[in-house]
Amino acid sequence: MSKIFESKIKSNVEVAPTIFKLTVDAPELATLAKAGQFLQLKLPSDKFTLRRPFGIASTKDGVNIFYRVVGEGTKFLSTLEVGTTLNLLAPLGNGFNVDAASKVLLVGGGMGIAPLLSVAEKIREVEILIGGKNRDEVIFWLKEFIHLPSVHSIFVTTDDGSYRYGRKGFTTDYLPEILSAEKYSAVYTCGPDVMMYGVALEAIANGLPCEMCFERRMACGLGACLSCSVDTVNGRKKVCKDGPVFDAREFIEP
Amino acid sequence: MSKILETEICGIKMKTPILTASGTCGFGEEFENFVELDKLGGVMVKCLTLKPRSGNKGVRIAETPAGMLNSIGLENPGVEKFLSEILPRLKKYNMNIIVNISGSTVEDYGELAKLLDVDGIAALELNISCPNVKDGGIIFGTSPKAAAEVTAAAKKNTTKPVIVKLSPNVTDITEIAFAVEYAGADCVSLINTLMGMQINIETWKPTLGNVTGGLSGGAVKPVAIRMVYQVAKAVKIPVIGMGGIRTCADAVEFFLAGASAVAIGTANFADPNVTMKIIDDLENYLQRRGLENIRELVGKVKEA
Repeated sequence: MSKIFESKIKSNVEVAPTIFKLTVDAPELATLAKAGQFLQLKLPSDKFTLRRPFGIASTKDGVNIFYRVVGEGTKFLSTLEVGTTLNLLAPLGNGFNVDAASKVLLVGGGMGIAPLLSVAEKIREVEILIGGKNRDEVIFWLKEFIHLPSVHSIFVTTDDGSYRYGRKGFTTDYLPEILSAEKYSAVYTCGPDVMMYGVALEAIANGLPCEMCFERRMACGLGACLSCSVDTVNGRKKVCKDGPVFDAREFIEP
Repeated sequence: MSKILETEICGIKMKTPILTASGTCGFGEEFENFVELDKLGGVMVKCLTLKPRSGNKGVRIAETPAGMLNSIGLENPGVEKFLSEILPRLKKYNMNIIVNISGSTVEDYGELAKLLDVDGIAALELNISCPNVKDGGIIFGTSPKAAAEVTAAAKKNTTKPVIVKLSPNVTDITEIAFAVEYAGADCVSLINTLMGMQINIETWKPTLGNVTGGLSGGAVKPVAIRMVYQVAKAVKIPVIGMGGIRTCADAVEFFLAGASAVAIGTANFADPNVTMKIIDDLENYLQRRGLENIRELVGKVKEA
């Protein structure tokens, strides 16, 4: 059940150019949140009308989110100091299935990697394929994943090839090879829609179940405003309430 | 709870004069963790049409200075599903359910009114002011004659009180208010959103998939106050005021301008429990001002 938390900022640091990691002190929320759920953050200023939705990335040592500074809201967020109280509406949405029997492949692109971190913390065995624009935008993710006991292997792609231990290109270019080399029980993906559809098609072609975690603009986060509605094979669904995690078969007809 | 906030509008008994505006609170149940729904004067549920609608494509909301634009486009499950699945589920909340309806033709409003003339519904609110769909709503809300026809069609087909929701996107809102009163409306609610637009200066494209959208939030409040003031003077039927209310102080302005009740809209998104805060603060305000009931505040703005 979602509720409102008043939580203090523990840290708010730039982990790559324009990308920040925000940690808030919210022990109850950390216990409640399931992998893939999100929170609605209220910026402490009258300047903003709407909350901002962020995927909960990690619940270790506080509740962690990652954000890129893209507009006035995230710019303001990046200026907030340790000790500032934030009003959070959380946890929201459904979350990933973390009871998988064997190894799950996680495929994330850009800021969409954040909720996959919470999966890696809660599931027994994972491998992950990380896609980013360049070296800077993948290194900080590697630092997050590398020490987790569940993480067996990490594969990396960068658009410009600037991370030399990874491949140049997109996650979807690398994916077929990874899927043919190892047996997985499922593929979980989060990132740009076009990437997720590519990942889902490949997973389905390999006979694997796939879960997709969507990002949409939303106002309420409670299923009321219908800003985030999407078409599925089972009719209209709300990303905030019915998602943000969906079975890929809801979007891709056999 | 004390009786200081109790009121009655066209036969609808309300524990408080605080409602939630259509489109901002779903069917009420989405807010059950945050709002004591039976404390509200009513929940104006998401607009229903005869057939289900998917709404508009692309980006549907954008934040603006002190407000937001939306172009949801009346997405809803249709009246049939509301009656068979949703309404039975809502009965346990013991709230006044005010059903907002929209049609493409005058006959649609009559048909919807007839279908919804059932137990468990407190009133109908006719949406003749949605700026986000081409085939309905606002075309009826910008012409006094069409607004009157729609009102009459609904009135003829229901025993429920009929509230007509007015558009601010008109030259003279009192003309429309007067026309719907003449056609039998029991109450008017105002304002719906103001038509607006935002352009992304990097892509040079409109932010919203629908190009234009409805502006709501704090930015529209002075416009709404002015229109409530004008309409309350022009008609004898009660007025439900809305538009940018975020605090008790905002609500008090609407009562002073002539609203008998108010609805909270966009503010529900930022603070899902904002209505409860406003109710508490309003009670304190009335006590501080030595008033015994909210009705004593309605229309009490002094002439300059």
